[in-house]
Formats: sequence, C-alpha cells, structure tokens
Amino acid sequence: MLDRRLLFVTGKGGVGKTSVSAALATLAASRGRRTLLCEIDAKGDLADVLETQPLTYQPREVQPRLFAMVMRTEDSLKEYLRLQLRVPFIAKIGPLARTFDFVASAAPGVKEILTVGKLAHEVRERHYDLVVVDSSATGHVVGQLAAPQAIRDVVRVGAVRGQVDWILDILQDREQTGAVIVATPEEMPIVETIELAASLRADTDVDLAAVIVNQVLPELFGDREESLFAALRAPTARRKLIAELGDGVDSVFDAAQLAVDRRRARAEHITALHDAMVPSVPLLYLPYLFARRHGLRTTKLLATALAAELGVEA
Amino acid sequence: MTAGRGGTHLETLLSAKEIALVCGAGGVGKTTTAAAAAATAAAHLDARVLALTVDPARRLATALGLEEFGNAETRVPTAAFASAGVAPRGELWVAMLDTKASWDDLVRQHAPDPATRDAILANPLYRNVTGKFVQSHDYIAMERLHEIHASGRFDLIVVDTPPTRNAIDFLDAPDRMAEFFSSRLLRWLIAPYRSRVFTAASKPFYSVADRVLGAQFLQDIAEFFILFQTMYDGFVERAKAVTRTLEDRRTTFIVVTTLEAAPTREAEFFIDALAERKYHLGAVVCNRMLPSYLRDRAAARAADAMKTNTAALAELVTRRVGDRGAMEGVLREVAESYLNYRVVAAREAEQLAELAVPSELLVTVPALERDVTSLADIIEVGTSLW
Repeated sequence: MLDRRLLFVTGKGGVGKTSVSAALATLAASRGRRTLLCEIDAKGDLADVLETQPLTYQPREVQPRLFAMVMRTEDSLKEYLRLQLRVPFIAKIGPLARTFDFVASAAPGVKEILTVGKLAHEVRERHYDLVVVDSSATGHVVGQLAAPQAIRDVVRVGAVRGQVDWILDILQDREQTGAVIVATPEEMPIVETIELAASLRADTDVDLAAVIVNQVLPELFGDREESLFAALRAPTARRKLIAELGDGVDSVFDAAQLAVDRRRARAEHITALHDAMVPSVPLLYLPYLFARRHGLRTTKLLATALAAELGVEA
Repeated sequence: MTAGRGGTHLETLLSAKEIALVCGAGGVGKTTTAAAAAATAAAHLDARVLALTVDPARRLATALGLEEFGNAETRVPTAAFASAGVAPRGELWVAMLDTKASWDDLVRQHAPDPATRDAILANPLYRNVTGKFVQSHDYIAMERLHEIHASGRFDLIVVDTPPTRNAIDFLDAPDRMAEFFSSRLLRWLIAPYRSRVFTAASKPFYSVADRVLGAQFLQDIAEFFILFQTMYDGFVERAKAVTRTLEDRRTTFIVVTTLEAAPTREAEFFIDALAERKYHLGAVVCNRMLPSYLRDRAAARAADAMKTNTAALAELVTRRVGDRGAMEGVLREVAESYLNYRVVAAREAEQLAELAVPSELLVTVPALERDVTSLADIIEVGTSLW
C-alpha cells in the first residue's frame, strides 16, 4: 500500500478517517517519502490531528517531508485555468471563478474532477512520492472517484475532455492509485464498508488497496483465563477480595465483563467483514486507544501500529 | 435515565410537539434514537406516529418486523410490539426518504404543463443536478416533511435527518433553494442561451467555460435550468412554507451526540445554530454513555490495589498452585481494563459538564452492549430516552 503514489482514504463519519489518513502519511514521511496529505472536507480536523495551524490550499511542510493542505475547488480551478489554459490576467479570474464555482456546483462531476484532477496532477508532475487524501465520507467518495469517467461520458469536446484521459490513466493504475476504507468494528461502519467495496468495484476503476479496522479493542482473556475470571466472581473468592480491596471490587468485575462483551460484539463484526471481503484485499487492524484520542501523539501511535501491521519499520 | 425533571422530559416534549427533527454528527446513533423515540411515543401515547428516516439499515427494517420499507408510509404491525412485550396505545408508521422519487413527485406537482414535466424528467442532467445543487437532499427532506405534516395524517412525525457534512445545511436548505431560484446569477447565466445573444459582460465567462467544458455541455446545463425555472413560483412559495414549518411552535429539534470530542463539538455548533434561527431545542441526547460505576472512587481504589498486589491476591483466591500465575495475569487484566475504561468515562463526564445546555434538556442514554436487532431493543433504548 505504501508503495503506491495516490491513496484515497474514506469511511463512514466518526470512524477516525482523518486520524488514519494522518497516520498513514506520517508513516510514509518517516520512511523517507515526500508525502502530501490533503483534506477534502475542510472541517479543520486534519489540522487538529497534526496539531498545526489551520491548513490552506497551498501545501505546508508540517513535519519533515510531510506536507499538508486542504482542498478548495475554487483555488483548484484558478490553478487549472492558469496552468492548463494559460488564461491571462489572473486578477480577473476572481468573479469569473465564483460564477464558475456556481456552475460547477450544479454541473455533474465538475467539482469532483477539480478535486481529483488536482491530486492526480500532483502525482503526474512527481511533486511528491505519495499523495494521501483524507477523502469524502463513504456516501460521496464513489461519486468523486467515478467523476472522471462520468465527465468523459457527458463532455464530448473541450479542454476538460482532454484532461480526463490522463487522470483516468492514473486512477486506473493499481500500481499507483488505491482506495483505503477505514471502519470501526461496529454494525453500520462494517455494513457500509462492505457495500462501498462492492460499489468501488462496480462503479469506479480504482483498486481497493486495504481496509483498515480502527479502534479494535484488546482481548482481555483467552479461553482458560475466562474460567479463572468466573472463579474470581464466585462467592468465596469474591468475599475474600472484598475483604482485601473493599466494596469497589464488584464494579471492577462489571467493567471487565463490559470489556469482554464489547470486545465480543465487535469481534463478530470483524468476522462479518472478513467473510465478505475478497481475500486479496488486506485487512489491517489498529488498536482502540483508551488514552487521549486526538492530536499528534495519537497520530504517531497510530502510525507505529500501522507500521507493525504492514510489517515495516516506522 | 433522564436528567432534570424526573424522567418525563421526552414524554412531555413528544406529547406536545407534532414534528421532532433528530440531528447530530454521523455515527452517533441518530437513526436508532429517532426510531426509539417514535416507537416509544407510539407505545405510550394514543397517537399515530411516523418515523421518517433517510437511509435505514436493513436491520432496522427487520427489527421493526418489516421486510423493507420505501418512500411510502408503512405501518409497523402490532404483532411486532406484542413480541416485544408491549401493547401500544398508538400506531407506529415508518417511511424512508427516497431523494430521487421525492424530486420526481415535486416536479410533477410544480411543472406548468405535461410537456415541461416530461422534458425535465427526461433531461439527462436532471438526476445529477438535483443530486448536487443547493443541498437538494436536505431540501427534499424538509419538503417531504412539510407535505406529510400538512396532510394531517400523523399526530407526531419523528425525522431522522440526512447525514450532512455540516449538520446545519438542511436548516437553511429551503431558504437557499428559494434564493437559488430567484438569483440574478442564475438568470444571467442562462440568459445567453435563452436569447442567443452574448452580452459583453458574460462573454469572457462563456469563452472560458466553452473552452473548459465544451459549449454543448454548457448549453445542456442551461437548457435544464431554463426548464426548471418554469417551476420558480411554485418552488419559492413552497420553500417558504417549509421554512415556516421549521419555525413553527409545534416543531422541535432533538440533538443527538456521543460524548466524544468531535461529535460534541458538532452538537454544540448545531445548538448555537438553532438558537440563532430561533428554532426550538427540545432535548440533547447524550448517547451510548458508559455506566456510572466507572466513575466510582471505591472501584478505582480497588482496581489500583488489585493491580499492585496481584501475587498476594492470586494466592488468596487460587486453590491450585499451578493456576496462580495465570490468575495473576487475570487480576492484572481486570484491574487494567477497569482503569482503561475509567479514563474514557472520565472524558465523557468532562464533555457532558462542558456542554452548555440547560440540564432539564439533557437526556443520557446508556450504551446498549449489543446491536439493535428487534423492536424490543429499540424500545429498550426508547425507555431510557423516555
């Protein structure tokens, strides 16, 4: 996965898509690759997990070799017009771009192509070794990735048509481009992951590079230990422990039971995912972090865990 | 488990209101909360209740005893309640919001004549455009809600709002829709194609646009907008009516969140946005809270002591010497796990304390340690809401 050059990271809201994107990019950068990390839904979450100033369209090196930016289609359009069409008088593009943005938001696929096109452009020009995209949520990502194809079907002539072909070449090349779905081991995220994997296959030419299961709970006991835990809760042992440790013991037991139940429920969803996925798609697991789950420290912890899963040095 | 005025808050709220919009960030349990509120209202109140949902998990349909449900309102069989051990006083109905079908209905209503109607419905850009512009998904949800409410078929409608990138979008969707149709920009944009005369002002735009997109494509778009404009009056009037429904005293908003940093931040943002628009905030549901024993001091002391004395304790409780090593490990895991979850519970408590919401509006719902697979589960969630 890390050898590819363009990775679109997606997943249902609330599964830690942004944290995982940041971890992926951090890992790549720490392994010596010049990496661009781009946030699509400009909610500012990426700046939070990198603990940096608000990000702009202009990429900024936030850690050695790690550059971060946010996508703004208006800026992407300006850049496109400047680079591709050599439209003069940049100053005059402002109102024009606004109008264009208006058309773009109505016309199918235009906004998406400006997003995907910009990212593919960075890959083509070899400005970076790897571009990691903190992409739209599951519901929208297929639209985004299918946009070049859709545009090719609708637009028969014009400059855009000419651009679409090389974008598609990059997107369809599984050596270069891949999608990464992030899920938590809960019902809806797993269901959506399975559906998304199918619709990526059906509606786009983008290869699914990996599914990352985030927030996997630790296993408390093995089989044998579970019977020991039961023995601890039996009346005699329980009485002895209460005598030693006080009344709080029962709550401690309840919490352990809660942890066991939760882990078990989540394990079922992981099994369901495992059964539904094509064996060639790697499933990677990242641990639930009980301590603070935000910020640079968390990002680095996740990057280390990801390295271990991929069997590479962090 | 309701904070504030003795466990009857949601009952009071849903007895008085006719529309409840359930909103919040993705992944906080909005759909289940909306279904639970509706099912519980149907169980306790002598009312016809509709749960209007956007994209129900198939499991939710199964849980409600239905094969599936679609755009049309479907009644949940009383038998489903019976198997959950409940004799409902009212009726529970469900419907899913199908954006495409709802748009088609709207076009059929507002098109000035059959020819225009057919031209719009047949336009290849129609689906794409309605799917993309001005948060059409949000708008159509509000529109459908307005239509059902105005029909008077239900006493209470609980809406599971669409997943919006920014949950606020759908509040402004009717206004934005009206704005869009009356915008000078739109008229200016399509004017050249209408008159075929390029004005000096729009010429540079079109020359660039033609080079980028191709003239044909742009003309397709313009033609589509021209067709759509014929529905202008109907749309604007309708959008205004929808806004009035949201402002109405019979409408309330229920904000759902889990007590994690990001969803809580979104909930706060949303609560502020409601206040700004003078919409009624009925309740803030803090979903999937960890049990309170995780905050218990005596338990924390016990876990700490357990962790530091595993050897002595293992000896104390294990008869077979050979088991002692493994028992030490179990005690350590048990203590460690408590302390781990305690950190999460403490963080939740902190988020809850920081939520700037009057305590009588707060409703806390404990985490259900299994998936919601039956109406009984839904009602269990509902009971902790009620």
